[in-house]
Order: sequence, then structure tokens, then C-alpha cells
Amino acid sequence: MKHKVSTTVNGHRYEREVEPRLLLVHYLRDNLGLTGTHIGCDTSQCGACTILVDGKAVKSCTMFAVQAEGKDLTTIEGMAKDGQLHPIQQAFWDEHGLQCGYCTPGFIMAAAYLLSVNPNPTEDEIRRGLEGNLCRCTGYVNIIKAVKTAAKTMGAAPSKAGERATVQRS
Amino acid sequence: MAVSTLIGAKIQRREDPRLVSGRARYVDDLQPTRVLHAAFVRSPYGHAKIKRIELTKAVKSPGVAAIYTARDFEKLLNGAIPVTVSFVPDKKQAIGWAYIAKDEARYNGEVVAVVLANERYQAADAAALVDVEYEPLTPVTDLEAATKGGPTAHTGGPDNIAWDYTAAGGDVKAAFAEADVVVKQRIIQQRLFPIAMEGRAVVADFVPVENKLTMWTSTQVPHWVRLCLTLATGIPESNIRVIAPDVGGGFGSKIHIYPEEYLLAMASKLSGQPVKWVEGRTENLAATHHGRAQIFDVELGAKKDGTLLGYKVTQYVDSGAYVSVFSSFMASAYVVAAGAYDLKNVEFRTVGVLTNTTPTDAYRGAGRPEATHAIERAVDMMAQKLNMDPAELRRKNFSKQFPHANYLGISYDSGDYDKALTRALEKVGYSDLRKQQEELRKKGRYLGIGLSTWIEVCGFGPTAITTVHEPLGLVETAVVRMHPTGSVSVYTGTSPHGQGHDTTFAQIAADTLGVPIDAVEVHHGDTGDTPFGYGTYGSRSLHVGGSAVLMSSRKIVDKAKKIAAHMLEASEEDIVFDQGRFSVKGSPDKAKTIGEVAFKAHLTGLPEGMENGLEAVTYYDPPDLSWPFGAHVCVVEVDAETGNVRLQKYVAVDDCGNVINPMIVEGQVHGGVVQGIAQALYEEVLYDPDSGALKTGTLLDYMIPTANEIPEFITDRTVTPSTTNPLGVKGIGEAGTIASSVAVINAVVDALSPFGIDHVDMPASPDRVWAQIKEARQ
Repeated sequence: MKHKVSTTVNGHRYEREVEPRLLLVHYLRDNLGLTGTHIGCDTSQCGACTILVDGKAVKSCTMFAVQAEGKDLTTIEGMAKDGQLHPIQQAFWDEHGLQCGYCTPGFIMAAAYLLSVNPNPTEDEIRRGLEGNLCRCTGYVNIIKAVKTAAKTMGAAPSKAGERATVQRS
Repeated sequence: MAVSTLIGAKIQRREDPRLVSGRARYVDDLQPTRVLHAAFVRSPYGHAKIKRIELTKAVKSPGVAAIYTARDFEKLLNGAIPVTVSFVPDKKQAIGWAYIAKDEARYNGEVVAVVLANERYQAADAAALVDVEYEPLTPVTDLEAATKGGPTAHTGGPDNIAWDYTAAGGDVKAAFAEADVVVKQRIIQQRLFPIAMEGRAVVADFVPVENKLTMWTSTQVPHWVRLCLTLATGIPESNIRVIAPDVGGGFGSKIHIYPEEYLLAMASKLSGQPVKWVEGRTENLAATHHGRAQIFDVELGAKKDGTLLGYKVTQYVDSGAYVSVFSSFMASAYVVAAGAYDLKNVEFRTVGVLTNTTPTDAYRGAGRPEATHAIERAVDMMAQKLNMDPAELRRKNFSKQFPHANYLGISYDSGDYDKALTRALEKVGYSDLRKQQEELRKKGRYLGIGLSTWIEVCGFGPTAITTVHEPLGLVETAVVRMHPTGSVSVYTGTSPHGQGHDTTFAQIAADTLGVPIDAVEVHHGDTGDTPFGYGTYGSRSLHVGGSAVLMSSRKIVDKAKKIAAHMLEASEEDIVFDQGRFSVKGSPDKAKTIGEVAFKAHLTGLPEGMENGLEAVTYYDPPDLSWPFGAHVCVVEVDAETGNVRLQKYVAVDDCGNVINPMIVEGQVHGGVVQGIAQALYEEVLYDPDSGALKTGTLLDYMIPTANEIPEFITDRTVTPSTTNPLGVKGIGEAGTIASSVAVINAVVDALSPFGIDHVDMPASPDRVWAQIKEARQ
């Protein structure tokens, strides 16, 4: 039996009929075509699928799509605005915070949440804030640097991560 | 000669905007129409007879399109998987790797059946309903025991020995007879999972009648995939297109051409529809090859004054159930066995062993981290025994003359090992640390300082060297094409998966051609438009593939110069090329840009007899190998009450020759070092000896370090250009991993030396360290 799910993703409203067992990450990727959110494990260790659900970082493989009913979701595709990278995306680019790029969307979303609750984190707070995400390429050094840089830029020009106007889409 | 403006510059990566904004395209992001989703049924046993496969329930499961077993593939795939690359001459058995288990499964994870269904979840449901009746057989899981008779990993096999080869130089017997001091140690290289963050993934689309196959696969070696598909299926290469789109890491795990790639190609043929498979992580841990899994027995002899005399090694390599494509590359540890030392009396025996475990293959460094760990451990043990400072013992024995001929007569191109060590010791504040260590010991605190003066062999591979054992060249190809308005397309046979070729190869071409970097686009990974190449692994891409880009770019400049001379009505000898501009010597205003020349090259009025176009191809075969090196220092504190090892600081001074992009080089070092730290302290794959089942089967059971575990990093480098390629580069991708596991372990042992401990195996987990301290205290 399928269930109707209505969500707002990156400001757009979507309605889909889904199986109750469908994972939120598969809903985003396979049903909505938002393939920027990745899957790196099947035991919720790696954090590659991290998105924001009502502003909080969630590993989207740990939620069913039906649990997202009525929720406001932000994925990596919703971070850049008007052709401009979000300061966190820009900082990952500037600081070489990525190599293969597979874990990167999850890290950016985890960082977005971290900086929304702690705009000026210490290095230790950044490390702990990102402990739910695995990267195999960078050794984390430049990821930590990128988050520090992003905190600085965002402090200079405040903008809340994931915040955007809701656009009705028929 | 033009002044370099891009080579050596910190240029932001050109691949990043799409990667940071969710616009990358990995295989799972492709959603072809009419696609069927595949799920594999895999053996839960290490070794079992397959008595019967019952499909009745599974075929009735919703959405199932087809289920295939070994018999369905028999007429479609030739013999066994074509994986006979060997770096050792003494192959004892030619073990064919079965595409799919038929009567016998030989490792936990081996494919037994393929299910195709309309949806991803339906395929998984049906796979769970395939009822396979197994008769478990005694699994071979103990590497050393497997060499001594008893059950065989392949029923009916003569024994478990895949290869047994000894490399030797000098007079080892005499060296040990002369030695005042000998240290002996068994060193365990535990089995590891490579764990690229993206697992493997394949979309195969076979078009009947046309007999054409397109495959998107997450691989490091698209051209090899195509070649092997041709060998296995008989479809001509001209009818096969293999595409490695964005690839989410490899570390060697995507170097092999896997059973799934062949089976999915044929599943598409059998079903008449495109098929897609995305490996889950748990599946990845069982079915994607593992790394390391070796035992080293080492023996090092020296004079009382610390002069190293002789070195004997036996390396047992657990090859797993089959000999994988680069499996025997791990045996090439013998090439770098003597490390950075002028040690001419060396005997290195390597034994490849078949067991009922997932096949092993190259994992970041492949043979070189293991060899480095062995010699650097042995040297530290010797220093401890002689009561010498480990830095001094190293200095005393470093190879100092270059090119240096090692114990096999193989030539190291260039190096200055002392300089790198001196720099690293300065950076870490070595003498102060030693004093601090002394003070802390008095308070019952255990600080450890570990050194690793590593070397590596890169640039695979010159035909002159690599054809010793196999007719295999590993040359690399680059096509560079300048378009009429002066923009440039570069086509390389290498295939990056995080290394940044889009950037570094563009730096080389743009610099050589004197055009802006934004005028250069680098194409890779698609056999439909790139020339044949051997792919990306072994830190070879820049040395071999980058040199090919440089040489093709130079060929274009040469031709453009002729055209410019013709346009400027000057003789070619009078033309000067600088920063993309051809001018006449003495009259700098008489000039044409390379873009203007390119336009002319596509029109009429070229010099007599010259063909149109500005395009060049180079098949670069380096004259010899390159030898990166460096010195790493790790500082740890060990809690003697809990056995916990806390990383304090890590200094890496590396020399990879000339540097194209320092930002990328530093990033490679960070990642590499953390993978070595992971081996030293955290990671270990375990099998159940009774069933041969993988015990560490999920990421819940296997610890990958997070941002919390890493130490403070200080990176630096010395620059000693390679003499074996025109860029003067050496290779950096594996350096960190090669150096770091032993730097960490040497630090741990150094910390524990007051307890009389002279060796700790990996991973140096709290329980292991605590148990060793406890035993030493008794």
C-alpha cells in the first residue's frame, strides 16, 4: 500500500505516493531526482546522506519518507542561491576541503547545521560537530579549515543556513 | 623557455563547483529509462559446496524480471576472469577466478545468483528469497597454516601456494656472519577494507543486433575494463564504451575488473534491458577486494657501531580465494625492501597464499607500506638494541649517492634523505621532545616519538623495467587538441577519482601552450573519446600521464611555431615563443598569438606540405621509475593504565620532486597519513575461522577514524626533481599511507620502551597495548 507524502524540499512543494518502507534518502534521490544527497553506508555511520529537516541535521537514511510528511527539507541542491555558492560551499572549494567529493554534500549540510547553532565554533567543537560524517580522502584537515573559514565569512555577512522562501510548485 | 606561471601554483580545483553543489554525476545518479535493478545472491560461507539453487519463490516475488545463475553465463563468458598480471615470475598455480560460483563457493561474498527486478527494493526482496542449499566445507582462513598443507581453499587444488619467489642481492650469509647484533621480528599486516566512500556501481546497457555495450562503472581503469570485457565476451572493443563518470574514491579498490562487471554486462544482454547495480556498504565489505593481509618475518643484522649489514625477509601474502589483477603487486614490496638505506645484502622471499577469504589486491601503497613498515620497524628495534638514537642510526645508513643502485641493481633516480629527516626533526622540535620525554617518564607519563624515513617507487611503468616479468608496458597516452579559436581539449588515458586531474593536467597544458587555464578542458574516464590508457593507481598519473600531456602540448607548440614563422615571413629559428605569443627575434612587435596561429591552422595557406589542424598524441614510456621519499615524525602519549594511544602531533616532510599544485599535494599527504594512522590504531578485518564468515561485516564493527581522531598536522617538503620524466615529478598519492603506519607504531613502541617493550602489532588498540603493558610489568 502506498502513502501520500507532502514535503517542502529546497523551497519547492512535492507530493508523492510512496511505499511506507521507502527511506527518505531514496525518496530524495529516486523519486525527486535530487541526487546530490549520497549514500555511503547502510548502518548510519557515514553521514553522506545528511540533510536538514526543519533546520536540523538528519542522516536521511535513518528516516522513512513517510516520516517527512509536512516537513521542510534542505538538501545540498538548495544551498547555492542565485548562482552563488553558499559560503560553506565556497569555503570547501577555497580550502580544498574535498577530493573525490562523494562525502562532501553530507559534510556541508552537517556544517550548515553546526554553524546555525554555533556560529563561531572552536576547532574542537568543529571536530565534534562533524564526528557523524566519514571522509576517506582528506584526512579531515582541510574540512575543519573550511568550516572555520565559512564561520568567518558567515559571521561577516550573516545568513542562516538553509533559510529560504517557500515557493509553491504545482 | 617560457616562464611557468601555472605549474607550481596553488590553483583552485576546477572540478569542485559541481562537487560542492550536488551537481556531480556518480553512477548511482544515472537513472536510465527501462532500467532493471540488480541484486546479487552471495555465499554466506567461506567455503561450501553448492548443492542446489531453488528459485521458485524468488521468481514469483513482485517486480522480478529474471534470475540468473552460473549456467546462464556459461556460453556467454570465456573461461575465467582475465586477471593474469603478475609481478613475480614464479607462479605456482594459474587459478582462474570464476565469474560466478557454480558448484563451489570459495569466499563469503562470492556471487551465486543475479536477480533483476523493476525496482531497487524488489530486487533485494527477491534475492532474499533465493534458496541456496550449501554443504559447508572446511574454510582455509589462517594465512600461515595455509602454507603448511592441510585443507585447500580450492577443492582438489594441489596446495594453497599461488607464488613463491625469492629476490636476493649481495651475500646475505656473510653479512649475518659478520653482524655483531641481529634483531628478529614477526610483523603482522592486518587485513583492511579500502572503503572508498562511494562503493562500486555499474549501469550496463547492451543493444542487441548492433552487438554494442555501454557500461558506466565506478572504476579507476575504464580502458582495462573495456579490454577485459572484450576478452571475456568477444564483443569487439570498438563496440564497447566504458565510462567512469565522477568516481567517489578508489584507493586501489576499483583497480580490479570484478565479477559483477562481467555478469551485469551479460545480464543486460540476457534480459534485453539496461541493468543497474549499486553496491551497499555491507556488500562492499564482503565483495570488494581487501588490502594488506600479510605476515612479515624480518631479520636485520648490524655492526656494533650501527652499520647495517644484512636484511632477510619472508613475506606471506594472503591472496584470498583468487589471485586478483594486481594482487601480486603486493609482492613487489621486495623492490623497496631496503628502504632508504645503503643495504646491499638482502634476501626477500614472497609467498602468495590462497585462502577462503575475499581476494586481496592493491590498497593505497600496495606492498610499499608493508615493506616500509618492516624495514622502519627493524631499524628502530636495532636502535633500541644498540641504545642509539633512531635518527642517528638512520643517518648513518642512508643511501647518499644518486642515482643509487639498490640490492637488485634497480636505480633510484634522485634523493636527499638526510635533508628531509633534518627538516622533519626541526619542525617537530626533536631534541626538546626527547628532554620532555625524559621529564614526563619520571612522572609516570609515556610520551613516544616515532620516525619513518620512507621511500617509494612510482612511475609505473617503464617498459624497460616492467617487462622483466610480464610483457606489460603501462605507458600512458595523451591527446591534446587546439581548437580554431585557441581553446584546448586534453584527452588522457588516466582516470581520476579525487586526485584533481581536471586541474593539474590543465595547468600543464595551459602553461606549455601559453593559454589561460580556463581555455583548457581535460577529458578522462570515457573510452569513447579518450585514448587507451592504463588508468589511475600507484601514484602514476602525473609522472606518466602528465608527462604525456606535456609532450603533446610541446608538439603543438613546435607545429604552431612553423606556422607562425610562415605567417610572419620569418625563418623558424628566428621565432621566439613566450606566454602564448610567437614573435620575431629582434622585432617583438611582429608577433602572432597561438590562438591566431590555431585559426590559421584550420584554414588555408599553411606552409608547403603541412596538414591542417593542431593536434598531437604522445604515448609516454618513461625511461625509468621515480623514487619519492620523505621523513615523518609522530608524537603520541600512551596512557599506561588504559592502553589508550593519544596522537599529539604529526610532522610530514615529503619529497615528490617538482610540484604542479601544492594545495593538491598537501591534500594527498593529509588523506594518506590518516589512512596509515587508521591501520596503525583502529582498523582490522576479522574472519570467523570455523565458518569463514566475515566477522567485521558492517561499519559498526570496523572503525574508520573521524575528525575527532586526527592529530595536529604540520606538512612541509623538500624538492628533489626526478630525472626520469620531463616534469621532474615523482608521485604523492600513496606517500602518506606508506610513511605513517610505522611512524605511529614506532612512536607507540618508543613510549613503551621503559617497560622493555620492543614491538607492538597493529592495530595498537587500547586492549592490545594495555595487555602488553600488563604482561611486561609482570
